[in-house]
Amino acid sequence: MIEFALRTLPFLWDGFLVTLHVSALVVVVSLVAGVAIGIGFAYGPLWLRFPLRVYSDVLRGTPLLVLIFSVYYLLPMMGLNLQPFPAAVIALSAFKAAHVGEIARGAIGSIARGQTDAGKAIGLTFAQRLAWVILPQAVRRFLPPWVNSVTDTVKGSALVSLVGIVDLMLAAQQVIGRTYEPLPVYVLAAFMYFAINYALSVASRRLEARFAYIRE
Amino acid sequence: MEYHLNFNFVWKYADKLWWGLALSIQLAFVAILIGCVIGLALALAHSGGNRWTRGAVATYVEFIRNVPLLLLIYLVFYGIPSAGGFAYDATFSFVVTLSLYSGAYLVEVFRAGLDAVPKGVIDAGKAIGLTPWQRFVHVRLPIMLRVVLPSLSNAFISLFKDTSLASVIAVPELTYGANWIKTNTFRHIEVWLVVWPIYLAAGWAILAALRQLERRFRLGGDR
Repeated sequence: MIEFALRTLPFLWDGFLVTLHVSALVVVVSLVAGVAIGIGFAYGPLWLRFPLRVYSDVLRGTPLLVLIFSVYYLLPMMGLNLQPFPAAVIALSAFKAAHVGEIARGAIGSIARGQTDAGKAIGLTFAQRLAWVILPQAVRRFLPPWVNSVTDTVKGSALVSLVGIVDLMLAAQQVIGRTYEPLPVYVLAAFMYFAINYALSVASRRLEARFAYIRE
Repeated sequence: MEYHLNFNFVWKYADKLWWGLALSIQLAFVAILIGCVIGLALALAHSGGNRWTRGAVATYVEFIRNVPLLLLIYLVFYGIPSAGGFAYDATFSFVVTLSLYSGAYLVEVFRAGLDAVPKGVIDAGKAIGLTPWQRFVHVRLPIMLRVVLPSLSNAFISLFKDTSLASVIAVPELTYGANWIKTNTFRHIEVWLVVWPIYLAAGWAILAALRQLERRFRLGGDR
């Protein structure tokens, strides 16, 4: 049993690295895009907020699997012939950006109105208020749910296996295709996913405790 | 090369999509019902139990929540039967997986819901001489259910979207229907252009219905 695990581990390890790679890319892209969307939601004019609302509701209302397949097959129609890897990363990032956008919107919205007024009163510009007053406070409300959404990203990245990217999920399938031993391989893969996500949820709990207090 | 959209094949096999949608909703519905039973039972076990039961509940919740649903589906459908030397129907296996999955999420929801029942109401139940069982059924449970109803609707929508994963083990739900049409007619683009809005419209319709229900059962406020 242990010998079997040791023999399959190198194959799973390659997939594990791909899972980390996909997840890291998606986390970074969706963080940047999501915070921009959140700021747009909080301060944008109606012509910006309305399309953002449509984007966010449509993306969050679609099953991730359907979104990945749609991006994979629809983008070529628009003349963008993408390999599976970029197509899957784009689909996942677009999906997560909508979620991160909602988290950021909530975090910014939770900062008391008086903070903005105080910033105005001492003559800060909009960019300065955002950078020095609002965002440093909003980040405390943003971080705990955001780390949870990173866990979702890692789990969601398993779906890229369905467009043929050899991540941890597909690596496990391939090992099973050779060894016909599904149970131990799936359990091993499950523990590898668990290791990433459990570490993240412990980090999230720490952050929550760290930012439990908010000075109003 | 210019591509010409042709939806005729999609309409020809549209019944696969409608039956698939019906099955998706049924799968989500059965999963949330069983998930509620698991979630409520474990929430009660967690609040009333000793260190060991609490540890067992926490292990179950943490394991399910930190592993991709796709892997759980494969694990239950291919992994477990291979060790036991038996096999089961794909739909049955998926319902089991999704129920266990939703149960793990609903434990937290029910725990929060039970905590939200005001202590005074339970004391009032004691004061008028209700037995512990009566207090649970007539006092704690109804209030708790009304508290958790919004979370349950969100969980239901989320499960409805998750049923798309059943297509990987050939459960004939909506995404499977889409894949079937795709492989048999090669009309990839048209299929996804139709199926995507079906998911959206169905999800929003269900959500609108559930919000009505929530309004009907909202605690406090004027109805």
